[in-house]
Amino acid sequence: MPGQPPGPRTLPDKVWDTHVVHSARDEPDLLFIDLHLVHEVTSPQAFDGLRLADRTVRRPDLTVATADHNVPTLDIDRPVADPVSAKQLEVLSANCAEFGITCFPMGHANQGIVHIIGPELGLTQPGMTLVCGDSHTSTHGAFGALAFGIGTSEVEHVLATQTLPQQRPLTLGVEVDGELPAGVTAKDIVLAVIGCIGTGGGMGHVIEYHGSAIRSLSMEGRMTVCNMSIEGGARAGMVAPDETTFEYLEGRPHAPQGMAWDEALAYWRTLPSDDGALYDKEVLLQAGAIAPHVSWGTNPAQVAPIDAAVPDPDTFDNSEDREAAARALDYMGLTAGTPLRDIAVDTVFIGSCTNGRIEDLREAAAVLDGRRVRSGMRALVVPGSRRVRNQAEAEGLDKIFVSAGFEWREPGCSMCLAMNPDKLAPGERCASTSNRNFEGRQGRGGRTHLVSPAVAAATAVAGRFATPDTLAEVAS
Amino acid sequence: MKPVVVVTGRGVPLDRSDVDTDQIIPSDWLKRVERTGFGAGLFSEWRDDRDFVLNDPRYVGATVLVAGHNFGTGSSREHAVWALQDYGFEAVVSPRFGDIFRTNCTKAGLLPVQVLPGVERRLMEAIEADPSLEITIDVARGILEAPAAGITAEFPLDEFTRDRLLNGWDDIGLSLRHEADITAYEARRPDWLPTAG
Repeated sequence: MPGQPPGPRTLPDKVWDTHVVHSARDEPDLLFIDLHLVHEVTSPQAFDGLRLADRTVRRPDLTVATADHNVPTLDIDRPVADPVSAKQLEVLSANCAEFGITCFPMGHANQGIVHIIGPELGLTQPGMTLVCGDSHTSTHGAFGALAFGIGTSEVEHVLATQTLPQQRPLTLGVEVDGELPAGVTAKDIVLAVIGCIGTGGGMGHVIEYHGSAIRSLSMEGRMTVCNMSIEGGARAGMVAPDETTFEYLEGRPHAPQGMAWDEALAYWRTLPSDDGALYDKEVLLQAGAIAPHVSWGTNPAQVAPIDAAVPDPDTFDNSEDREAAARALDYMGLTAGTPLRDIAVDTVFIGSCTNGRIEDLREAAAVLDGRRVRSGMRALVVPGSRRVRNQAEAEGLDKIFVSAGFEWREPGCSMCLAMNPDKLAPGERCASTSNRNFEGRQGRGGRTHLVSPAVAAATAVAGRFATPDTLAEVAS
Repeated sequence: MKPVVVVTGRGVPLDRSDVDTDQIIPSDWLKRVERTGFGAGLFSEWRDDRDFVLNDPRYVGATVLVAGHNFGTGSSREHAVWALQDYGFEAVVSPRFGDIFRTNCTKAGLLPVQVLPGVERRLMEAIEADPSLEITIDVARGILEAPAAGITAEFPLDEFTRDRLLNGWDDIGLSLRHEADITAYEARRPDWLPTAG
């Protein structure tokens, strides 16, 4: 930036500075948005707004839409049964047709959860700005992109201008060092981070995750971590791009090729935070101390290691946390002091933008191979995208899931937020690889426990919260 | 957006922390493609409970919602803001808001009043003691007052957002003043950046 001292900068600052279109004192920076992802739920009113103001979409070539939140995961070759969902899906296709936007509707080869398809198509690249009317847009930060969720007014703003006025956020460095113990996954890292900083700890901040444990994660694992940044209050989470990132991207449909790849790569290598760059706030976790986590309450900071017990609300420091914990236990139908491993589960859901990628399905299938889910257990696998589903089938994972007693479904958001027919009944208890354990999130009165795919799979077999190492050996 | 200058009215004490946007408007309501009519869905799961504060006749017609910290966390759904507005709220008071919810508020003209921790508690207690307590929130001065309860509290609002609220300016129109800058920026973007094509 002209006029700025060339001091050491963080990754978030570098990406920000590169995208400032206009800057003035006492005004938010106007940022250019490199990619706008759109889905059916938060866009209809934005397109209406454009029509009302006689505006158009400035950059349909930088806008990609897909149907994910509402789509059924069964019988997708028939009309959508819920007329309200059906209309919303139709409106998305119609709006995209009217404004010239690429759209992947239900059944399309590229369809899937918006945060799964961006990366797998190579649309998500380091150093970009990326927004979507969905809070889990933070997922894309795993590539070193500045990616954040926006509301419908902002969706309309980006459609009309390809920019957003934004106040520069503070930076929070989350360092996770050391080696993860066996059986501990990216999901457990992020649950531990949220348990540490709380649901508000990241508010006003962009998180940069760093440290040797983050470096060791695959792109899928980094996406899981960045995905849940919003659960710690941060609109965006980022990981600096490295060889793992470049290897994942090379050859993807929208990744640069040939000379363009070399140019892009040279730029991407300049993105990591400079030595001596400072974060506004810092948190340090030791990977070796992280255990598989299970949430016990109704917000994602209400988590505990699986070997712990349901906490006693009276042990919390302040009155608001005590009241929140007491209310959560009441809603969840749990008693303080109950070991988490003793809690029986009715439903297991594997999927979502947090854990619906191929690696997550492999992790769960490895546990389920040769085993059966406990009798009476409802168990669903919902791949994050059509491509993930196809790849899993090519690897034979679908057969493992089906033999184990899981239902193998069509891709979508599904039971993460219960906008389609996949819901919990009141009082039903679910081990879920999704991101939110809010009251009613998976269906009115439903009780959600957030876990990793490995714990979800082991729990499906045991009928109670379990880790794979505690399951009986598979008979050979 | 209609200008938001001064909000004057009675309050409702929602004595909970971490009220996420799934509670404010459950996902079933998100299937609608309109921008209006979400008031009926506001806190719909909690409103089935007769003792829920919004069912208390003493608070009917209140326009200021007072809540615990971390109000509006979670999902980016602007429907949460539309539901609060459609129900009749013009301002929400909390010591801390979810970032996306707060932005959505200022875009749609619902006033987010972020007070110092403790102020919300005093205000809730004052409202419970006297549901007719009049609360005035002045956007230009950035001050919330409930004189009968002796409460005066400042709240932050950056200059740009404040002016936008006071004047009801079209946010997109403001950005389009910089159309030439946007075009110039587009011209210097590297060719290798991805496109949908």
